[in-house]
Amino acid sequence: MMTNVGNLVTQGQFSFLPPLTDKQISAQIKYALKNNWAIGIEYTDDPHPRNTYWEMFGNPMFDLKDPAGILAEINDCRKTYPNHYIRVTAFNSTRGVESPTMSYIVNRPKTEPGFGVVRQETEGRCIRYTIHSYATDKPEAERY
Amino acid sequence: MAILYGSNVKKPSKEPISSDDDNPVDLAAEFRDSNIKEVLDKLDLELIGLKPVKTRIRETAALLLVDRLRKKLDLTAGAPSLHMCFTGNPGTGKTTVALRMSEILHRLGYVREGHLVSVTRDDLVGQYIGHTAPKTKEVLKKAMGGVLFIDEAYYLYKPENERDYGAESIEILLQAMENNREDLVVILAGYKDRMDKFFHSNPGMRSRIAHHIDFPDYGADELVAIAKLMLAAQNYRFSPEGEKAFREYIGLRMKLEHFANARSVRNALDRARLRQANRLFAGAKKNLSRIDLMTIEAEDIRASRVFKEGAVDLDGDEGANEIPSIG
Repeated sequence: MMTNVGNLVTQGQFSFLPPLTDKQISAQIKYALKNNWAIGIEYTDDPHPRNTYWEMFGNPMFDLKDPAGILAEINDCRKTYPNHYIRVTAFNSTRGVESPTMSYIVNRPKTEPGFGVVRQETEGRCIRYTIHSYATDKPEAERY
Repeated sequence: MAILYGSNVKKPSKEPISSDDDNPVDLAAEFRDSNIKEVLDKLDLELIGLKPVKTRIRETAALLLVDRLRKKLDLTAGAPSLHMCFTGNPGTGKTTVALRMSEILHRLGYVREGHLVSVTRDDLVGQYIGHTAPKTKEVLKKAMGGVLFIDEAYYLYKPENERDYGAESIEILLQAMENNREDLVVILAGYKDRMDKFFHSNPGMRSRIAHHIDFPDYGADELVAIAKLMLAAQNYRFSPEGEKAFREYIGLRMKLEHFANARSVRNALDRARLRQANRLFAGAKKNLSRIDLMTIEAEDIRASRVFKEGAVDLDGDEGANEIPSIG
């Protein structure tokens, strides 16, 4: 965590950089559109790095030409979930690839409490370690 | 960049400096740089007639060009509203002009991508409650950065059914037309009288559309010129008698019902091609020259039912069943 000054969750692209501006997001979306990748907007309030089940905000968007429509959707999502993590993913549907090729966070909660280490004692004085997000102590939708 | 991303950063509006001397702008150079001349010339070449339409497009192009120059001198005036309404009878070139329009706007930097998304009521209006808004928004998103062309826009509003979802769609369209002015240009198209009725019952729509362009019907000469252009594009041509026959055909066809200007011409030519192929096939001549394959003769035109009975089928497919069987 030495390099992560603000103790922010670092997932996906650009997560060590200052938050992207709308202009920068547009440019990234433009790059994805140029490659014919479908773009989805996802949100969650569970920041665990192994949490792959982010909720989709609306349908995935493809066949678009211009980032303006997607940016409008992102802003919609920010308005609806101002205190959630929101990320933009680009899905490459090329046969044989069929996987997300870009993913970056465009919105995060105002305060991120971070993670604590959890130790579990098992057989033979063995210790298992895992991390636990303080935010998830609270029930869903009340976390941030 | 301000155009590209529609940022609302207002520059402090400077006094219009007496800049005529210190940094004059070159209208001619701007005109050259935008390559707009090429598009306008192409418009002149490929579109026959349509004088009022062409004038209007030139005016719009001039406005946009001057606007761009003004922007360079910090004489901001806000993005002009470019939503348009094309009215005219079927086959008068509304869609073609819309396509060209998107290209012009793209060259002038008013739309970023310059693509045309052509939709009708079916693409915008849903079938059940809650279906319309996402559907319309989807279309709007696709059209962002380009031109949204709504054909037969009056079908969006059905006054006889108050629970029709068209009104919802119109509401969303209006909102987007107002808020995303720098992201997309909406062009409505349809028949004149019905469009007028549509605007009458949707005053909000009317006031948001600055440019109303009426497409006149074509004259007989213009239609023949269009036919020649169409044939040339497909590497065909009329023989002199063929052209004369076609001129007569147009004269007769224009008086009949369901006449759809250039579209009728295209259909007539398609059938003439059919008959030409059949004539060559049934003909005695075994060695066909390049000219033979290219030429539409008078008999290909005169076989049409318009000449024989002075009537067309309901689908306008006159004479289709008159082709002798091959064999």
